[in-house]
Amino acid sequence: MRLQLTDEQEAFRDRMRSFFSIAVPQEIRDKVAAGAELSREEIVSSQQILNAHGLAVPQWPVAWGGQDWTPVERHLWTDELQRSATPMPLVFNTSLVGPVIAEFGTEEQKQRFLPATANLDIWWCQGFSEPEAGSDLASLRTRAVREDDHYIVNGQKTWTTYAHYADWMFALVRTDPDAPRKQQGISFLLIDMTSPGVTVRPIELLDGAKEVNEVFLDDVRVPAENLIGEDNQGWACAKFLLGNERGGFAMSQVVRRRLAQAKQAAAEIPCGGGNLLDDQLFRARIAELETTAQALEVTGLRVVAGSQSGRPNPISSLLKLRGSQLHQDTTQLLLDVAGPDARLFEPGSTSAPDWAPRTARTYLNNRKSTIYGGSSEVQRSIIASSILGL
Amino acid sequence: MDFDLSPEQLALRATVRDLFADHYDSIEQRNAVSSTDLGWSESLWRQAATMGLLGLPFDEEYGGMGAGPVEISVAMEEAGRVLAPEPFVEAVYLPGMLISRAANPEQRKRMIAPLVAGDTRAAFAHDEPGSRWPTNRVQTQAKQDGDQVLLTGRKRPVAAADSADLLIVSALTTEGTTGLYAVDAGSAGLQRHVYRTHDERRGAELVFDQVPAEPLAERAEVTALVTEGYICAQTAQCAEAVGAMRAVLQLTVDYLKARQQFGVPLSTFQALTHRAADMYEAVELANSLTLQATAALADGIVDPVLASRAKLQVGRASVFVGEQAVQMHGGIGITREYPASHFLSRLTAISRTFGSTDDHLRHLASLVGTD
Ligand SMILES: Cc1cc2nc3c(=O)[nH]c(=O)nc-3n(C[C@H](O)[C@H](O)[C@H](O)COP(=O)(O)OP(=O)(O)OC[C@H]3O[C@@H](n4cnc5c(N)ncnc54)[C@H](O)[C@@H]3O)c2cc1C
Repeated sequence: MRLQLTDEQEAFRDRMRSFFSIAVPQEIRDKVAAGAELSREEIVSSQQILNAHGLAVPQWPVAWGGQDWTPVERHLWTDELQRSATPMPLVFNTSLVGPVIAEFGTEEQKQRFLPATANLDIWWCQGFSEPEAGSDLASLRTRAVREDDHYIVNGQKTWTTYAHYADWMFALVRTDPDAPRKQQGISFLLIDMTSPGVTVRPIELLDGAKEVNEVFLDDVRVPAENLIGEDNQGWACAKFLLGNERGGFAMSQVVRRRLAQAKQAAAEIPCGGGNLLDDQLFRARIAELETTAQALEVTGLRVVAGSQSGRPNPISSLLKLRGSQLHQDTTQLLLDVAGPDARLFEPGSTSAPDWAPRTARTYLNNRKSTIYGGSSEVQRSIIASSILGL
Repeated sequence: MDFDLSPEQLALRATVRDLFADHYDSIEQRNAVSSTDLGWSESLWRQAATMGLLGLPFDEEYGGMGAGPVEISVAMEEAGRVLAPEPFVEAVYLPGMLISRAANPEQRKRMIAPLVAGDTRAAFAHDEPGSRWPTNRVQTQAKQDGDQVLLTGRKRPVAAADSADLLIVSALTTEGTTGLYAVDAGSAGLQRHVYRTHDERRGAELVFDQVPAEPLAERAEVTALVTEGYICAQTAQCAEAVGAMRAVLQLTVDYLKARQQFGVPLSTFQALTHRAADMYEAVELANSLTLQATAALADGIVDPVLASRAKLQVGRASVFVGEQAVQMHGGIGITREYPASHFLSRLTAISRTFGSTDDHLRHLASLVGTD
């Protein structure tokens, strides 16, 4: 057992750190650090900077722009990227659809989509969930019927993040309604969002954010060449993808940054005779959160160190379960640090510092993180069944 | 010992429930009102004045009902159930109570009667940038200038100050004591920066630059008065929170029965039904201390410890119930089109108004003794 980085790993980390400290413009990173919303252009331009240096999709196969890194090196990449408040490459492209196309796509599909996906020339959205198919994803009903060299797609997707920005959607559709198991009649289809019959309607979230959408599909004609993998074998792609989605939940630097912000702000806030940072109750809360963060970080490293096989480790369910909660707990901490000013909704309308009103938005918005990407209840079910055998 | 409401109080509850049902039968109706500039319904306000709701705690000589904390809690619990956005506590009960305790008879009549009649609204401007509960020291200055008093300073946040006609302002006198002053909201030298809150309420930051103010009758014990006002107001909000929690728990229970996943209703999953049971427990414990705090006020007892215990219990319950309601709804729980998210916003706000849960816990912890 040895938990220190080796000399080579340290050198690697330092290389990442110095790259990320200047790669993406400071004003974009300041927005990330402040938890402000980025524009589409800012997300695209920062991913393109990383991609130009071969650092947007290190987890992909080397032939398609990936890096021949060890899991520890990949972890250091994520960690340094987040520490510098560089925007994460778009998860739908780099962690979700890209690896699926690389694994299941034809050579032609790879040529056509992977370079543009890595460079965010194509913005992808994920068309899995439907109004009646949430946790029970396999009950999805969107129908795709083969007509010659096209599929005709009808149905509705929902909660589709960034559908209003997206050029393409990767979707799960039902191609065989009569299959004996509902997982068996599903296919993985790539749909051009400019196709006739695609309608996007925004859904406003509780903090006012417009990031998710309903997507209606009415007689959308999708060329058959946009099918990934075999007909009716979409569930295999979905399972592969969902494993990556869960494993991708490593946000410890974001948590660390919030804790640092909370402490910094607390030092300026009067409390009792001194300031909030002197207060024992507040300090106990910080100490709890820092300890949980550390336990999660080390657990994350155990997953990283043990994942040589490339298969998702069931312990990653624990990272998602507890990590999302810790994430939410730190947003709540900042809300309390901001105090009465947190309630003012629109930064700028008063002389309150901008960060304070933002804490409430961030808190409310982050309620989502225990719902999407496999809810906390789903993660517990996975732990209970696949780990504990219950 | 009797926890039951009197026939009159039950009648009040039914009337208030009908009033709210007329205006806020659905979340769409409520959102349509809360998204206007004013943020609440003037027609409801008129009706509330006519039926005596605005005058509940005030003496009959000002047009009030001469009722008390129990009636206020009954009404506020109903307001909480439908997320009524009207600023009853902020614009009437709290400032009115301060006026009725601090002002002389002439001032009381002049200021309270129009509040009760629904013709004017007030706001209590006490908190200042950076101040935290309990705000015992204010920095806004009150200076004697000939025969008038001029206020200079900054107040934020001031709930309901956006639409207030009359401001009750705390300020530091040249002798170093704190006084309460009445200020016409249209006065020269006063700037209002209006804001909305995440729970769709309104307020304003107020900047006073030598604004003429009318001293409310001299009284050295302004701090005690403010404490009492806050305890009354926060107890009313505890009742509102209980109403909101009851409603969102019911909403969640209904959803668990109706929503199907994996071919069965969500209510099949004990992970969820047990959590609903925990929510029920949280609501009822919060309700118990709210009832006790209300009953104490009705007996004329202003007990800061009891008030903080109620606030702590309600604050913790509000966050738990609000968050779990959203969680158990899944994606739909965090959209503005559906009520659960609005309950979470409101419950979050209440848990951090008149002192946060941590503030009250800290206060109680400082008082723990050995018996
Ligand atoms: C902000 C946001 C962004 C999203 N982005 C996308 C996207 O880009 N693309 C996409 O396809 N989807 C997306 N989703 C959808 C997300 O994956 C679903 O919300 C999630 O799968 C839950 O489904 P649901 O909302 O229908 O809730 P439901 O499945 O109806 O669940 C309701 C509640 O019941 C619980 N529950 C369900 N089944 C069980 C069980 N068996 N045992 C115990 N508890 C259970 C759930 O955990 C939840 O608490 C997004 C969601 C959100 C909130």
